[in-house]
Amino acid sequence: MSPRVIGLSALAGATLALPLALVAAPQENGLRNPADFASIADRNQRSAAIFTEMGKVLTHPRCVNCHPRTDRPLQDDRGEPHMPAVVRGNAAGTGAPGLECATCHGPANVAFESGVGSVPGHPLWHLAPIEMAWEGKSLRQICEQLKDRRRNGNKTLAELHEHNAHDSLVGWGWNPGEGRTPAPGTQAEFGALTKAWIDTGAHCPA
Amino acid sequence: MATGFTLNGKAVSFDGPPDTPLLWVIRDAQGLTGTKYGCGVAQCGACTVHLDGRNRRSCVTPVSTVAGKSVTTIEGVRGAEAEAVKRAWIALDVPQCGYCQSGQVMSAIGLLTAKADPSDEDIDHAMAGNICRCATYVRIRQAIKDAAKAVAA
Amino acid sequence: MNAVTPTRRAVLAGASGSLVLGFSLPARARAAQPARPFRPNAFVSIAPDSKVTVMIKHVEFGQGPSTGLATLVAEELDADWGQMRVEQAPANDPLYKNLAFGTMGTGGSTAISNSWMQMRTAGAAARAMLVAAAAKRWGVPAAQVKVAKGVVSHGARTASFGELAASAATMPVPEKPALKDPADFTLIGTRLPKLDTPAKTDGSAIFTMDVSRPGMIHTAILHPPAFGATLERFDGAAAHAVPGVIAVRAVPQGVAVYARDRHAALTGRKALTAEWDFEQAETRSSAEMEQAYAARARTPGVQAGGHGDPAAALAAAAKTIEAEYFFPFLAHATMEPQDAVIEWRPGKADVWLGSQFQVGETTAIAKTLGVPFEGMSLHNQFCGGSFGRRATPDMGFAVEAAAIAKAHGPGAYKHVWTRENDMRGGRYRPLGIHRIRGGIDAEGRITAWDHVIAMQSFMKGTPMAGPEIAKGLDGSATEGAHELPYAVPNHRCGYHMMENGVPTLWWRSVGHTHTGYAVETFVDELLALAGKDAVEGRLTILVDKEPRYAGVLRRVAEIADWSGPKAQDGRTRGVALVKSFGSYVAQIAEVSRSDEGIPRVHKVWAAVDCGIAVNPDVIAAQVEGGLGYGLGAALFNELTIEPGGMVREGNFDSYRCLKIAEMPAVEVSIVKSAENPTGIGEPGLPPVAPAVANAWRALTGKPVHRLPFVKGVVA
Repeated sequence: MSPRVIGLSALAGATLALPLALVAAPQENGLRNPADFASIADRNQRSAAIFTEMGKVLTHPRCVNCHPRTDRPLQDDRGEPHMPAVVRGNAAGTGAPGLECATCHGPANVAFESGVGSVPGHPLWHLAPIEMAWEGKSLRQICEQLKDRRRNGNKTLAELHEHNAHDSLVGWGWNPGEGRTPAPGTQAEFGALTKAWIDTGAHCPA
Repeated sequence: MATGFTLNGKAVSFDGPPDTPLLWVIRDAQGLTGTKYGCGVAQCGACTVHLDGRNRRSCVTPVSTVAGKSVTTIEGVRGAEAEAVKRAWIALDVPQCGYCQSGQVMSAIGLLTAKADPSDEDIDHAMAGNICRCATYVRIRQAIKDAAKAVAA
Repeated sequence: MNAVTPTRRAVLAGASGSLVLGFSLPARARAAQPARPFRPNAFVSIAPDSKVTVMIKHVEFGQGPSTGLATLVAEELDADWGQMRVEQAPANDPLYKNLAFGTMGTGGSTAISNSWMQMRTAGAAARAMLVAAAAKRWGVPAAQVKVAKGVVSHGARTASFGELAASAATMPVPEKPALKDPADFTLIGTRLPKLDTPAKTDGSAIFTMDVSRPGMIHTAILHPPAFGATLERFDGAAAHAVPGVIAVRAVPQGVAVYARDRHAALTGRKALTAEWDFEQAETRSSAEMEQAYAARARTPGVQAGGHGDPAAALAAAAKTIEAEYFFPFLAHATMEPQDAVIEWRPGKADVWLGSQFQVGETTAIAKTLGVPFEGMSLHNQFCGGSFGRRATPDMGFAVEAAAIAKAHGPGAYKHVWTRENDMRGGRYRPLGIHRIRGGIDAEGRITAWDHVIAMQSFMKGTPMAGPEIAKGLDGSATEGAHELPYAVPNHRCGYHMMENGVPTLWWRSVGHTHTGYAVETFVDELLALAGKDAVEGRLTILVDKEPRYAGVLRRVAEIADWSGPKAQDGRTRGVALVKSFGSYVAQIAEVSRSDEGIPRVHKVWAAVDCGIAVNPDVIAAQVEGGLGYGLGAALFNELTIEPGGMVREGNFDSYRCLKIAEMPAVEVSIVKSAENPTGIGEPGLPPVAPAVANAWRALTGKPVHRLPFVKGVVA
């Protein structure tokens, strides 16, 4: 048998198994531009198609994991229950007394010393409010929810665009640290899609 | 390049790489060994310290992120909650192997500091990140409750 | 080997010159120490300030031997508990061997049982010499001198141990000092606080991890990715580029990184790449192993025990059932990973280690370093858990640490495994398959039990291997199954010694980790098949010769107020009964279905008979902890070997440990006994998983034949 080259990184990469990273087709790691939808003549259909493209980001584990339907976040590319079993804890979603998000999550991602992976970090690390949960929901349901000011943090569509295009916690999804698959495309592309979706009437997919 | 912070009330400085985990700075550079390495990935809680008074896993805390902040370890933790927790721990003979207990004690103090009268559910949530392989959990739970009563008395 | 090696402490302590076990120290050491402690034997030392220090021959990893052995001495010495101190014994078999093993070692729950008479005798001898000294001083008959709570007295005259120490050292050492009648015990049987608790509460307890030496080099290792794979070549350039990295070297165990501090060592390790040869590696996945084992378990295997004719009895049975059990590889996952500090120069070495086989490990390190045993000093440390892991017959970790130290030359080294090294480091509780067929007659009596076990032997090829290994048998794999506690007229236990390249080891409670589960769930199913109550049914069929089984079973039923498997609030209960390491434990578990769809264990009642209870609170703590350890493994744990031989689980995120929220309330009742003490570090573990499984079957109607429950309840 011929020798196999395995460093710690390769070993952990293989054994931690990042199925999305390993099986995803190359084009699925990117996002299409709004211009790519120009051929759809019907404005509503075009809008819905653009939202469907945005859905690649919205339903990505980088986003869903902190928009769970329960009080417990999810983690990793498989969307498994967060380990340890932390909880929302308070209205701000920053954890329970004694075990807050900030007990482990710092201002930036921290790569592990002893294996491949990292603890994700951001100065405002927290769980999305329960009314913004979209784990397990259809794209249409997520879309309706995003437009509903009672369920989107009281944002106008312009504010929603600002959030998607520039919020740095949203932006973490494209810079998620070692051992995690980034959200597809870039935040700028996601922002452009959001704007195009709003500009075409913010229609939801069926 | 040096990172300055307060450790158990004293100003200290660390000259090494800024990404060095606080855990090693405390243990190896400062010689305070009560804080333990258990997993290196914030899964076991043995490395728990207080950062500006709140529970923090030192193994995933780059020393650069504590610049100007106050770090408290098991050796330096003081106050009514700390004394009550330690007394309750000893009264119930909680530790077995003892390796995780600094972290358990620090987490328990952090809990009582944040919530004076924790329910069983509060204890479950606060201590969910502290593993004890000897499974001394029955006594940990009771000691936290006893300590809370002692502080309130 | 086995030479007397006075440690620094022993030298400072000096000696009385008159020693029960012939331990003496160089004259210069005595001369250098004017105020000598009184040291009547190798275990007891009494200082001029009356502090009594007991040399503890068993490593302390939380199971309480320091407190227990000191209690035995203090009892016969009539010392006050407050004056007792403990110290870890040096590596010295003639003085400090485990009387059950013949070498220094801790395991098999033998710490109290093998020390019971030895430590009491050591205390009694010291007492007799103190009494003789007092009698001489006061000119009264020794028989009239009393000792209580550390005070020697005659009438109104009193003296402390320290005041009498110098004179006591000149008294003859009694050959066979009288021991107390157990009815006169004042310390044994009481809840003495553990001596190591304060230091383990305030962070001051020192573990191997905490030892530091001047100029010490920190080392880390990259192991092969599969068991048995070997290093072809490595590229250390990137590791060398990490500031603080001193060297990168190939050692027989992998590639070692030497650095100024731990962060540099780990950063260097992460930057390493290596090529490995898998020619000799175990590359099967655990799923492939399971298939191979299951096929073998369908054939009879070598007979490990039995009587009667189970095949005929099965054929004649009114009803039969059959079950195939799967037990996964399990890691010990001690909180403190494997670690050691070695400081050496030609001819001499100091070792700081939480050593479970003190002489064996010291010898292995000596050989690896090329230092004579006489030049070795072992400083045994507290260790952060073992559960069997630190007792390796080949002293594997000690050899690795020494090889790394040797490869770089004289100096001080701290070698620490990462959690991933530890989790993927092997020495697992072996994977195994049990297949059992059982039958009952028309009256519901169990008439047949045919049991086959397919599992690796971790004894094979080690110095512990007995002659039975050559016959294809290993009692540590079949204990608890080759002889049943139940009177079944036709019983057979067969064993297949499976070959496997994954290194395995005893794991808290050894064979009972799996046989206890298989036997106690299967007997429960047979009793249910016969329409019998789980407690009454067991009581009816327990073997007559061991009434202590029934004693703990009746007691647990009593404290749990057992009235069958149905409990309040829709919960259910299950019972299990296992004898291990000479101790009898029965447990009742009360469960419901958790949000995750697995058992939520609300409470466990446990009744224990481990002979005379030296410290009831330590016994209760060991039962609480033992069942918690066993429950965590049963609920969650499995090491998965991927095709190619890599272990999937590397840290506590994927190897999920029991947390406080999953820990049941525990009520322990100790059955009073006049028998000599037996083990308690392990016996609390085996009944918990089958008790939970039996309760779960009552809840859901479904037996669980596959562990862990997270897999088994959906299988």
